[in-house]
Order: sequence, then C-alpha cells, then structure tokens
Amino acid sequence: MQIYLPIAEVSVNAFLLLGLGGLVGVLSGMFGVGGGFLMTPLLFFIGIPPAVAVATEANQIVASSFSGVLAHLRRKTVDIKMGGVLLVGGLIGAALGVMLFNYLKSLGQVDLLVKLCYVVFLGIIGGLMFVESLNAIRRAKKSGGAPVPKRRQRTWVHALPFKTRFRTSGLYISVIPPAIVGVAVGVLAAIMGVGGGFIMVPAMIYILGMPTKVVVGTSLLQIIFVTAFTTLLHATTNYTVDMALAVLLLVGGVIGAQIGTRIGVKLKAEQLRILLAAMVLMVCGKLAYDLLVQPAELYSIGVTGGH
Amino acid sequence: MKRLAVLLILIFTATLPVHANEDVVLGLSQNRIAITANFDGSEILIFGAVKRDGPIPAGNPLDVVVAIEGPSAALTVRRKERKFGIWVNTDTMHVDSAPAFYAVAASGPLKEVLTETEDQRHHISIPETIKAIGATEEVADPQPFTDAVIRIRGASGLYQILENQVEIAEQTLFRTSVALPSNLTEGHYKTRVFLTRDGKVVSHYETTIDVQKVGLERFLFNLSREKPLIYGLMSLAIAIAAGWGASAFFRIFQRT
Repeated sequence: MQIYLPIAEVSVNAFLLLGLGGLVGVLSGMFGVGGGFLMTPLLFFIGIPPAVAVATEANQIVASSFSGVLAHLRRKTVDIKMGGVLLVGGLIGAALGVMLFNYLKSLGQVDLLVKLCYVVFLGIIGGLMFVESLNAIRRAKKSGGAPVPKRRQRTWVHALPFKTRFRTSGLYISVIPPAIVGVAVGVLAAIMGVGGGFIMVPAMIYILGMPTKVVVGTSLLQIIFVTAFTTLLHATTNYTVDMALAVLLLVGGVIGAQIGTRIGVKLKAEQLRILLAAMVLMVCGKLAYDLLVQPAELYSIGVTGGH
Repeated sequence: MKRLAVLLILIFTATLPVHANEDVVLGLSQNRIAITANFDGSEILIFGAVKRDGPIPAGNPLDVVVAIEGPSAALTVRRKERKFGIWVNTDTMHVDSAPAFYAVAASGPLKEVLTETEDQRHHISIPETIKAIGATEEVADPQPFTDAVIRIRGASGLYQILENQVEIAEQTLFRTSVALPSNLTEGHYKTRVFLTRDGKVVSHYETTIDVQKVGLERFLFNLSREKPLIYGLMSLAIAIAAGWGASAFFRIFQRT
C-alpha cells in the first residue's frame, strides 16, 4: 500500500515504514538507544529527503522512548535522579553543540565532519564494548556459568566532591561525572543529529559504573526530552517534520519497543552489550565503507538554501 | 481580454509564413491532478488534432512535440573527489533554475523533429530548461554538473525523453501518454504542444495541468507552514499518546 507523504513529497510503501519502525523499536527497547543512528540512514535509503528524515526521526524517537520508559518504570529500572542530572548536562551540551555546528557550517565540510564523527565514535565505542563483553562472557564460562560478582574498583570518579546517593543505580558518587557525560553527549547529539543513546549507554556503564539494567531506562528518559526539544525546533524553523511519516514509523516503533524491552529483560547483561556492540560496529563499517569506496554517483543534488 | 487575445493570435498567425494555417486543438485526460494520501503516480493522456483552413501542405510530414514542465527551483550540485583516501564533496555548482519535473515526447527522434535554433528559442529539450548562469565562475567545467542533474533526475523518472512516443495519424490526429511519478511536487505543470515541419515550429499551444495536494495532505501541509508550533506540539502529542497507548495495550495482554 503506497502512501504519499505531505511534507517529504514522496510516495512510499506504508508497510515498509511500519516494518522499519518496528525493527528499530525492538532495538530501542532492548538497548535503550533511540535508534536514530540506524533509522536516519535507512530513511535516506528509501528516498526520504535528508532534512525531513532527521526531523521526523526525532519525533518518532519520542514515541518509542516514551513507550520504553513506561515499561522500564514499571520494573523500577529508571534512575530518575540520574536522568535529571544527565538531562541538565545534556541541554547545556546541546546548546554548545548547536553553536559549534553552526561555526563548522560556516567553514564548510560539515557533512564530512558528521560522518567522520560517526565513524570514529561508533568505532571506538563499539570496539571497546565488544572486547569487554566478550571477556565478560568468557570469564562467566570459565567459572562454571556462574558470573563472579566483581567489586567495583574505586577510580577518580569516586574521588570528586558533591557526592549524592543514586538509590536506583546503587551508587554513591559525585554529580560531576554524570553532568560531564550529559554535556559531552549533548554536544555530540547536536552535531550528529541523533538522541545520543549509543554514546550515553556505554558511558553510563563504563564511566559511571551503573548497572546495565538501570542504564537502559535512564538513557531513554533523557532521550525523550532531548528529542522532543529537537522535534519542536525542526517543526518551527525548518518545517521538516512529516506527521504522516512519523505516525507510520511510531506505530511500528512503539510496538517494537515493548517487544524489545521484554527481550532485553530476558537476556544477560553481557549478551545485551555484545549485541549492541556488534550493531554499532556494523553501522560504523558501513559508513567507513561509503567514505573509502568510490561512490557509483559522484554528483549529488541539494536544495539551495537548505543545508 | 479574450477578444484581444484572439485578435493577437490572428495577427500573429497571419504574419507567419506558408504553414500558418495549421493550429493545435488539444485534449487532456485530466487537467487537474489531486495528490491524495494514497497517490501513487498517475498517467496523463495527451491527444489532439491539427486544425487546417486548407489541404495538408505539401512537403515533409508533420511532427509533434509535447513538453510537460513542473515548477522550477534553484539547486546545488556537488561533486565528490578523493582526498586523503576518502571521498568528500569538493566542487559545488549552483543551478539558478531547474524544473522539478520535465517530460518531452516527440513523434520522432528529437534531433530530427526539431532544429537546434528552434529548440533554443522555445526551450524544449531538457538541457535547455536548466539555467545555470553564474556556473562558470564556480567551476571550470559546468557541463558534467548539468549532465548529472539530468542523469539523477532521469533515473528517478522526473526527467523523461520519450522519442517516437507520439503517434500521428493522417498528419492530423496525435496522441501520447506521460507517466507522472509518485514523487511529484505541487504546482502548475506547463504543458506545451509544438507542431513542426522540417524541424521548424509551425504552431504551438500551451495549457497547464494543476497538481495539488488535497484532503488530509493539504491540511497537514498548510498547518505545518502556517502554525508550525501547533503542528510540532501536535506531532509530540501523537508520539506521547502512541507511546503510552502501546505500553498500556501490552500490559493488558500480559495480565491475561
């Protein structure tokens, strides 16, 4: 069934969009990532104009993240306090990021920078997570299937002032590291045009030392606010949010997110992490491939006045 | 006004040489295309007849060229080049105006039914419709850039060259059909019909096809432009409601 999208001005198959939304929704519920870093390139691929894809994707992430958060809230796996700290940092970071983005735009080559950013960050994060979770699984196997409860080492993170108790995460740390993580994610999110979940999730696990189960819900909570803000910004300045496209994607997305959350609970933390790492590495590989191999069409058409 | 137009046409046609007595009478299968939510492209049938005062003029037979042109807009064309091992956009060329859609159908090969001077005068073939005036200042070789526009848009069905696709019967009746793709934009589509003989345009006729969004498509588009804040908040409300709805729905399922 074909449907004509009023803002994107293209006609696409409705079931294809539902399916894409569902698939990304499952991943979103499982890993606590918004899925923007997967969905946006997929939308480009089926012929949605980039500006519309980025803006509408933000709107869809609001829906799937909200659906996911509700499921996590019921399981009490959302650290609202931590989410709040991250969000404050995130909004500051996003504002800084937008300024940086505009500065880079004035220099030209911002597209390339965004792509390089993707490759570098996805590569580093995916690689580190992959190795770490592989080691964790191997350790678990060696000790006869029973994972050894490992005491967290005291690092520089624990030596900072303004300590607060994050009850849900079972942490007693300074608010400075989460705020810094929030700012860093906000900057990157604004430049790369995504929610930032795929950066935040590993940062929470490895830098803040939060339990993987709590990380997912907390990350989703923060993503809701960041993407809602982005959607409004795009809708009022660029007029690029396509409601018809968003509805189709989010119907698939919210259902997918519910399924994903249920799968995520059943999986072991290491398995969850290794799957996310594999996915991140795959996207990274694809982007790197596009940069290195001669494209079939060397020319591209852009709309004058847009970006 | 109408009378004046008729008068002008009469004066104009009277000043034309030899074949001035040939005129186009045109019919379209539809002169208004509505883009609805399930719009999936459309085919438009263009047919007509040649009206004459006298017998068919001697000489080579008549040819017909039909051109449909969508609304024009400015474009930016970029070219990638390999730098430090990766492919990056290097040269950029601005096109002042290029139609969003262009189809040209002819009763024979375009080069035969139309001379180059006539093509340039009436802007009929696709390269003639793309205007890039300041291009030579930006890049040394503007030609591959305009070629790329034609190639990329041609691949998505937006630019079409339909040679030998106009059927002519008895040098009087003609018909052709043009497939409009599903990624059509709104606007007035200028439809022109040219009668040519020996490559020279002997008569031409112009009309427009209106392509418009209707119903829900129209409503959403207008809302997004006129009340963007409300549109944005509405999008968010839908997103939150859908997220909550799915969550509640799955909970009911799990209880049972």
